[in-house]
Amino acid sequence: MKFVDEYRKPEIARALAAEISRRVTRPWVLMEICGGQTHTLMRYGIPDLLPREIDLVHGPGCPVCVAPVEIIDKALAIAARPDVVFVSYGDMLRVPGSREDLFTVKARGGDVRVVYSPMDALRIARAERSKRVVFFAIGFETTAPANAWAVWQARREGLDNFAMLVSQVLVPPAIRLLLESPRNRVQGFIAPGHVCTVMGYRQYEMLSRDFRVPIVVGGFEPIDLLEAIHMLVVQLEEGRAETENQYARSVAREGNLPAQRLMEKVFEVCDRKWRGVGEIPQSGLRLREEYTAHDAERIFELEELSVEEPAECISAEVLQGLKKPPDCPAFGTRCTPEMPLGAPMVSAEGACAAYYQYRRVPVANAGD
Amino acid sequence: MCLAIPGRIDSIEETPAGRTAKVQFGGITREVHLDFVPEAAVGDFVLVHVGFAISRMDAEEAERTYQLLEEMGMLETEALGETAEQPSAPEKEPQ
Repeated sequence: MKFVDEYRKPEIARALAAEISRRVTRPWVLMEICGGQTHTLMRYGIPDLLPREIDLVHGPGCPVCVAPVEIIDKALAIAARPDVVFVSYGDMLRVPGSREDLFTVKARGGDVRVVYSPMDALRIARAERSKRVVFFAIGFETTAPANAWAVWQARREGLDNFAMLVSQVLVPPAIRLLLESPRNRVQGFIAPGHVCTVMGYRQYEMLSRDFRVPIVVGGFEPIDLLEAIHMLVVQLEEGRAETENQYARSVAREGNLPAQRLMEKVFEVCDRKWRGVGEIPQSGLRLREEYTAHDAERIFELEELSVEEPAECISAEVLQGLKKPPDCPAFGTRCTPEMPLGAPMVSAEGACAAYYQYRRVPVANAGD
Repeated sequence: MCLAIPGRIDSIEETPAGRTAKVQFGGITREVHLDFVPEAAVGDFVLVHVGFAISRMDAEEAERTYQLLEEMGMLETEALGETAEQPSAPEKEPQ
């Protein structure tokens, strides 16, 4: 496939890895934010190509992983209602709430359906006017324009049986929180290329300036990530702290303006709780007042409960780059993708799932 | 969840719910909304996420980056050829 295959060539990967080894003179801790990038890194064994000095830690960029237990419990309560068709991306079905997951609700007879796009949820709402169709709108900035479009379109068509349970989060406030933490070890960030395709990277330039930290907007193929790591290493070795764009074939500095305009019309910024991290100010999106009629949290009477995380799960530390999945005593034994304790083991973007799938057995360092 | 895939626009249609396209991804064709990339035309590559195009791929930019990378790959192969006595890819190396 064009724009994909050429970014997977092994000879270029080896050349970039050699160039990184040549440039590096001391240890650096780098973090990729996005779970999609975590999976590329693990799938292609990139940590083993890199010199020992480079420590890659994995960030909180998995919307499924950071959705708090409370919102999963709300989803479960809504999905169990007989008048509701609950529509979700497949990833969410096995994420544990405080007592059960959406699969269990479905097995008991709840009408839970998996879709690929919010447009599919609209289609269901048009076809089944006697049911209330609730779409679980989860995601980062990449997904926000599509979700905004669905509500905006529902309102335009007068589809009053369509509602959304919103769990939208924003990346820059989470990076800011990590950088403000006294426990932070991260010295350079790979910013998520698809989030930046929508939002641009001006906010990341502010982070580079405020915290003197290099950030490189990176793509999702192995060559993209190696090039982003190379760019970070060059900056760090030269003592620079700027935001650069490796993924220029898709990302413009100002992002996608029509998408941002629609997001702005439909959503407003709010505080959000992140699973394993806690509340982060101004880190989420919720529906604006005009869309109350489509807001599942306002339509249904839902209990506001505060729920404890399972004590054994170390996902909080994994999501903040303080620990890696194999550091967890439950990893691969009491916690597996089939029987997860925490969301990072469930999601196709979770760091624990990436390690489980590609690195369950530690690999002897074949590099240097 | 932030997975997005590049595909080529085969045809464009105006519908009551906006501008949509048939986009081909290595043999598979899907319907994609173009509301966020009004400038996209037939033959363009767009990056698609949950049924919406979120950018038009910049072919020139990709070409430029790629050439840079390719040069680097070739340089590395040459460097290996000079220094290493590894039995790699013997069919390519006339002994």
